[in-house]
Amino acid sequence: MGETTAAIPCSDAVRQLWDYLDHAIAPEDQEKVEHHLSFCRRCCGELEFAKEIRRFLSSGASEEVPAEVKQRLERFVEEL
Amino acid sequence: MSAIGTRDRTKEAYQELVRSELPGLYSLARRLVRDGAEDLVQETLLQGYRSFGTLNEGAAGGRWLKTILVNVFRDQLRKRARSVQELAAGDLEDFSLYRTLIDEDPLPYSDSLHTDFLGAFGPEDLHEVLMRLPEIYRAPLVLRYMDGFSTKEIARLLDAPLGTILARLHRGRNLLERTLWAYAEETKLLQIGDDDG
Repeated sequence: MGETTAAIPCSDAVRQLWDYLDHAIAPEDQEKVEHHLSFCRRCCGELEFAKEIRRFLSSGASEEVPAEVKQRLERFVEEL
Repeated sequence: MSAIGTRDRTKEAYQELVRSELPGLYSLARRLVRDGAEDLVQETLLQGYRSFGTLNEGAAGGRWLKTILVNVFRDQLRKRARSVQELAAGDLEDFSLYRTLIDEDPLPYSDSLHTDFLGAFGPEDLHEVLMRLPEIYRAPLVLRYMDGFSTKEIARLLDAPLGTILARLHRGRNLLERTLWAYAEETKLLQIGDDDG
């Protein structure tokens, strides 16, 4: 796909993809990105990968507390 | 998430809340600071106990404790770093991990290159990548994409204009992609198994 075949070039679309997913850009920019994605396969690939990175980050959201840390913090609260 | 009733403001109720929310709190603290996660949680628990009576009925106790934790973190960050070193936007604009993976093709036998690339990162790898990001970029990224805070909430919690938070999220994402790639190269993450046969 060419760099400037749409109202916005690929570089602009890619730069705004996460904000597009977050709805953090103006509605007219949201539309421009959407329009670009309607015909640009490469940017659709970028979009899918942005979604994957977001899933990847959210999947690492919680971890176990080491037993000794848990014990110390619970004791701390007991002694408050 | 634990919802708290107004009649349950006893120390036992607080202890119960802490027990159920400790994994989430500790995980968030570990992502925000390289060292001192336990101290950050401890200070949070102290402040939380002092203001437990102000928690609205039915409010999500876990979210409330996380908010306190981010406030403590913000105050610690201010004391540590008198002035914030922002990166120039132009330094970071030209990297796409998606394109880099296609160009470099580090997993030539993979049918799903991008998914497999991310799948090679274990929890500790991701943690190390996050730790390599400057705190001012890491914190909004963690709060938005790992703990689900909205950008407006993050701006309020970190006491920064919304535009600043959006710019930091943008640079943080860019830095994250660069760091994922650099880390994979440096640690030969994608070659595990190849060398061993």
